[in-house]
Amino acid sequence: MYIVVVGGGKVGYYLSKALLSEGHEVLVLEKDPDKCGVICDELGSVVVRGDGCEARTLKDVGTERADLLIAVTDEDEDNLVSCQVAKNKFHVPRTIARINNPKNESLFKRLGIDVTVSSTNLILEHIEEELPINPLVHLLTVGEGNIEIVEVKVPEDSPVIGSKIKEVELPHNTMVVLMIGKSGARVPTGETVIQEGDQVIAMTQPDQEAVFKAAFTGKK
Amino acid sequence: MKIIIMGCGRVGGYLAGLLEEAGHEVVVVDMDSYSFRWLPPEFKGKALVGDGTDEEVLKKAGIESADAFVSATQGDNRNVMAAQIAKHVFNVPKVVSRIYDPLREEMYHEMGFETISPTTVSAQMLRDVILG
Repeated sequence: MYIVVVGGGKVGYYLSKALLSEGHEVLVLEKDPDKCGVICDELGSVVVRGDGCEARTLKDVGTERADLLIAVTDEDEDNLVSCQVAKNKFHVPRTIARINNPKNESLFKRLGIDVTVSSTNLILEHIEEELPINPLVHLLTVGEGNIEIVEVKVPEDSPVIGSKIKEVELPHNTMVVLMIGKSGARVPTGETVIQEGDQVIAMTQPDQEAVFKAAFTGKK
Repeated sequence: MKIIIMGCGRVGGYLAGLLEEAGHEVVVVDMDSYSFRWLPPEFKGKALVGDGTDEEVLKKAGIESADAFVSATQGDNRNVMAAQIAKHVFNVPKVVSRIYDPLREEMYHEMGFETISPTTVSAQMLRDVILG
């Protein structure tokens, strides 16, 4: 695949390195001459100095034949415009934008960016996984943010210990898809009995997660 | 009309004065309060400090009831992003942006946005003066 990467900061650098090692043809666009120098020294002549939002620069690097454009600068508006120019002027089939402000995630989707990656949200999710305080952990978000996979650990004082899954009052659009307990992981049925320390993994919606958490922990 | 201007530089500030003089309600948004020095001294509208690409800030500026939105900051990309928010999220009836880069201006114009490129306009005006 021919992939154009806009932005040669840390994200752009490591992304390009990974893509190159997988055998893709990669071109990095970066405005800053020092960063260009570093990329050129470390990764070879895969970098062009220029503004990845400018149609002329994108044309010069052959964006017409690119299979994918990934914009990873630390300015959301620059990433948006890069992707829009690539899509509208050069008909690049797939565009990916890095998002720094999580508020922009739904907006970018609405404006036609194929995939968005919110670096702030990813960091928050990883930190959350390490925190013992919150019993609810976000594992994955799918379907434009409407559906998420979350995990709750059943605490020792949970009111549902010993109950069957079918007896738990789940919020609507929520389904328990996996239970991990002392005896290993199992796909639950309505008859599965909940035990202390079980990790309950469920598919739910962002506005239902608090109800889901409360159902298994007894705490609001 | 209720008009929101994002970016209070020379152009934004002057435009705010012109529109107010014509009897319209004007709200100016800029990230830096020092920029409000470009507003005319007699300006009576609202001047709001904040990022015009932030939906919350735009709501505070009253975009939900605005008749027109102008983006005139120094950054082309910020301007087109704000214009898209105004048009697609808040359905503002009239949205216009300043875009310096003529190629980008042309593209967003083709995408259905009202755009003005000062680069093209001033180059043409200068040419007309020189060539008579």
